Amino acid sequence: MGENIPNGIGASPRRKEDQRFLTGAGNYTDDINLQGQTYAYFLRSPHASAAIKKIDTKAAAAAPGVVGIFTGADLAEAKVGGLPCGWLITDVNGQPMKEPPHPPLAQGKVNHVGDQVAVVIAETYFQAKDAAELIEVDYEVLDAVADVATATQPGKPAVHDIAPDNVCYVWGHGDKAAVDKAFTGAAHVTTLEFRNNRLIPNAIEPRAAIAQYSRSEDSYTLHVANQNPHVERLLMTAFVLGLPEHKVRVIAPDVGGGFGSKIFLYAEETVITWAAKRVNRPIKWTCERSESFMSDAHGRDHATKAELALDKDGKFLAMRVHTKANLGAYLSTFGSSVPTILYATLLAGQYATPAIYAEVTGVFTNTVPVDAYRGAGRPEATFVVERLVSKAALEMGIDQAEIRRRNFIKTFPYATPVGLTYDTGNYEATLAAAIKIADVAGFPARRDEAKKRGKLRGIGYSCYIEACGLAPSNVAGALGARAGLFESGEVRVHPTGSVTVFTGSHSHGQGHETTFAQVVAERLGIPFENVDVVHGDTGRIPFGMGTYGSRSLAVGGTAIMKAIDKVVAKGKKIAAHLLEASDSDIVFENGNFKVAGTDKQVAFGQVAFAAYVPHNYPLDKLEPGLNETAFYDPTNFTYPAGSHICEVEVDPETGVTKVVNYVASDDFGNIINPMIVEGQVHGGLAQGIGQALLEQAVYDYETGQLLSGSYSDYTMPRADDVPSFKVDTQVTPCTHNPLGVKGCGEAGAIGSPPAVISAIIDALKDLGVREMAMPATPYRVWQTIQSARA
Amino acid sequence: MNMKLSFKVNGKAVEAEVDPRTLLVQFLRDHLHLTGTHVGCDTGQCGACTIHLNGRAVKSCNMLALQAQGAEVTTIEGLAAPSGDMHPMQAAFKECHGLQCGFCTPGMVMSATALLKENPHPSEEQIRAGLDGNFCRCTGYHNIVKAVQTCAGGR
Amino acid sequence: MYAFQYHRPGNIGEATALLGKLGEGKALAGGQTLIAAMKLRLAQPSDLVDLGGIAELSGIRADGDVLVIGALTRHADVAASADVGKRIPALAQLAGGIGDRQVRAVGTLGGSIANNDPAADYPAGVLGLGATVVTSQRSLAADEFFTGLYETALKPGELIKSVSFPVPKRAGYAKFANPASRFALIGVFVSQAANGTVRVAVTGAGNGVFRSAELEKALTANFTAAAAAAVRISADSCNGDIHASPEYRAHLVSVMAGRAVAAALA
Repeated sequence: MGENIPNGIGASPRRKEDQRFLTGAGNYTDDINLQGQTYAYFLRSPHASAAIKKIDTKAAAAAPGVVGIFTGADLAEAKVGGLPCGWLITDVNGQPMKEPPHPPLAQGKVNHVGDQVAVVIAETYFQAKDAAELIEVDYEVLDAVADVATATQPGKPAVHDIAPDNVCYVWGHGDKAAVDKAFTGAAHVTTLEFRNNRLIPNAIEPRAAIAQYSRSEDSYTLHVANQNPHVERLLMTAFVLGLPEHKVRVIAPDVGGGFGSKIFLYAEETVITWAAKRVNRPIKWTCERSESFMSDAHGRDHATKAELALDKDGKFLAMRVHTKANLGAYLSTFGSSVPTILYATLLAGQYATPAIYAEVTGVFTNTVPVDAYRGAGRPEATFVVERLVSKAALEMGIDQAEIRRRNFIKTFPYATPVGLTYDTGNYEATLAAAIKIADVAGFPARRDEAKKRGKLRGIGYSCYIEACGLAPSNVAGALGARAGLFESGEVRVHPTGSVTVFTGSHSHGQGHETTFAQVVAERLGIPFENVDVVHGDTGRIPFGMGTYGSRSLAVGGTAIMKAIDKVVAKGKKIAAHLLEASDSDIVFENGNFKVAGTDKQVAFGQVAFAAYVPHNYPLDKLEPGLNETAFYDPTNFTYPAGSHICEVEVDPETGVTKVVNYVASDDFGNIINPMIVEGQVHGGLAQGIGQALLEQAVYDYETGQLLSGSYSDYTMPRADDVPSFKVDTQVTPCTHNPLGVKGCGEAGAIGSPPAVISAIIDALKDLGVREMAMPATPYRVWQTIQSARA
Repeated sequence: MNMKLSFKVNGKAVEAEVDPRTLLVQFLRDHLHLTGTHVGCDTGQCGACTIHLNGRAVKSCNMLALQAQGAEVTTIEGLAAPSGDMHPMQAAFKECHGLQCGFCTPGMVMSATALLKENPHPSEEQIRAGLDGNFCRCTGYHNIVKAVQTCAGGR
Repeated sequence: MYAFQYHRPGNIGEATALLGKLGEGKALAGGQTLIAAMKLRLAQPSDLVDLGGIAELSGIRADGDVLVIGALTRHADVAASADVGKRIPALAQLAGGIGDRQVRAVGTLGGSIANNDPAADYPAGVLGLGATVVTSQRSLAADEFFTGLYETALKPGELIKSVSFPVPKRAGYAKFANPASRFALIGVFVSQAANGTVRVAVTGAGNGVFRSAELEKALTANFTAAAAAAVRISADSCNGDIHASPEYRAHLVSVMAGRAVAAALA
């Protein structure tokens, strides 16, 4: 592949997107201004839990510039529904999960700091904000609960009446009896108890939206920073506002990063869409960062106890995992599925563990809703598996690579005991490559040299797997998904042979405009420059599911491939007519339709022209035009996997950990654009290292106040917090999509946290350290060393 | 009470009357429609709003427009040559894939150019330290560092 | 941000007159803290007196054994100054480590010490060097200037004009940055004057910069990194928050003191 077209598959053309982004010509939601627009500001709860006795908006309504003020009562009167959850989880007793109402503006009670209480719409943003301060809310402050580990204990305040013990569901997965039996005969059991730290996604572009109502068309247009505009529209119209779907256009223009946090339907854009008709003016809302901290869905926040049973040779016999997952105050769009479907199904990792059982308790707390954040369930699963494996190796005196090799899955397809079937992989290949690149052989010398400088070096491994390319819709549906998981692609060939591709996937940094164009250029044999990719507008693209779960290329790319197949099939018929040959004799090669075995051919562009100027055309048999659409529903997940090796140096005096070497060898299947793939890995690694070393959303467990509510207290990875990375790829092509691709967007964030933590523990093992909580801040590392010494 | 503001933006004289509480970034975006300068936080930390004020990288979200009285301001829109050719730093970011979503990019590029002005041949460590006022959530900084190195090497 | 009146005086006299007259007025230097606080509606001055137009407030001048730095001198200028680098390199290094590149281009010496954030760097330098704060009304020794949490001896309407730093025999500053904010989780400034007097100022630990008598005593006896690092600081004098316990802060004071002395001796 790739040899026929300069910027085809496997090449690294520089990105089409970059010209506009580098010159300030990007078009993000907040860059857009509409004639006559007003500005919205949301009054938010300062309390984690409080009853609203009364809201008085009189003074605010009279403030300068105010166009409208709305509260939960106004929405209730207008019969606006609650924000829906997109995945039904059924508990161990066959009961559906508890689904408390999630009103876009609070009705009678607020349930987390930042919960929306009212919206003020004014001529200027300053005026909206000034007026909001004049709204008098009479709160009766109630006891709050914020700690996932203790929220279900008797006597804790209930976030919702329908879940008096704060339990949304207790969900089980796997063969419990087989696991319990395997544990009784185990030679060794390794146990791990830990928190997977709560994170805040922090895309650098804050959420933003502009809603507009057209009286002439009786229709709405919503610009919103979002990863999946059709899903946004479907949820908003069908479940909340009761609007006809065809009367709402959702546009997600340039979006400044998502990482999951812009998948979801949020209250703010829903409210302003509704209010745009009420005030008959466009309404713009841009989240301030301080608001983002308390309104963007957070990630992770598990309390887990996990056990691994091994035989005397270090072969895994069984794994048992109990997790309490914080869901926050409400069920966010996919909040219920992340710690269940996307978590427990990954607990086999790369290993042939015969029996696995996981039980997950979904817990309500008075905190911001928790949902997908880069990796979504899979980093949490990988942390469980890889920390158990590393700890078991240390306890049993087995080399870290060796224990993994002994347990790797080696034959494919492989059906795991947690419901997935891995189609292909080569785990030894990535591990061997990582060991070589990381110069593991030279590690003892480096460790000794560091010791002379008073620093402690350690090395940590992580062999992760993820399930991407979500997914077969029927499988997801059986598991409780309330949406399909296909993707759409339309290939519009223009009369002159250039092509516009309309994809249901959405790029918010991934570079679809480049990668997808490479695929199309390669397959149609036309110049890369002649292909444009359009995404993010329900008014232009066919119904698509958007971008999350590293699915764009595997699912969206395949949909485009299917559309191309249709284009080529029709092109063959046109070419057969032009070449006076039989359809079945036409082959398509390097941009030309040829009569097989002859030198008779016609170029793709000529066929396109004939399709639109059908003077010499089989009009009796064939419609004119060359414009094909395909929808693709995958037959399986894809399974990217890889091996990461992290080397750290710890200053035992201060607790400072420096990542001095980081190697990732990944198998993403075939690769379209290596440059972009490497960039995706780099970004994921920084987020994973951020989770391991720096980032944590901290709540006061008594009051439910968010203590890390700004960049002064929430540590974002900066350039000097991370090293340059060494990345490598090994290839086993995915067996069930035509591109053979698996997805690469989340791997870095999934694989890295356990590698970093295990490296720190390795560095400190001689001091007696066996566990290290995340994030391993200098303070925490120092504390852990003190405790180990005590 | 609105106040008179006069300064230069991207080489052009600008005169305006502004509400004193208008931040420089708000003035650039809302009054001059120079939307390449972005706002990523409200505590002066993320650096997405970085511009050049009298040749130095500053955060335009953390100063009043009136504080730029008489100053020369350059935004990302003013960095490329009048011909439209990208500044070498912009070109290096493209060549090295030093951007993904593009949101932090204008600020990052403005900081990076200021960095090289101060230290034309920085080490990797100096580059990383020198970008301490800019967050990027996409790239892991790897290719940003490479872009700055490439730009420095190409001088 | 709440609405306010804006003033831009051309000289110190006008500025102090305005500040004297305006009850809830505040002087605006670089504004790197003040503007941020106003944006979050944590500060609500009725008036801002922008000092940006007063050229006489900026500049660095060596005057015998004293280095005089104007109140409006930007951190980046102090960091890059050959005069500072030659006479008090520790001060240049301190200025070069404040905030980040963009903050250093705008933030000022006067603004920093007038705000007296308990985790700011400059107060440690000013106190650790025994500098004199020259205001529109008087000269104040550093020991008198910093009076508590965000508190100084400045009176309403009084403006810092410059700070005079005596050039020490040697000095060093070691900062352990808060990973998130990059303010000092702990910063220790040590200096040894020509006459042998040792001063040690600690920032980030408590409710404001302070001198450590224990460290000064130990270093007066033996000006070595080991002597500093051996001093145990009581955790009672240190704050605890989500970033560090009092014990960790106290421990870091010793470690950073040792590293500051090592830097001074290097």
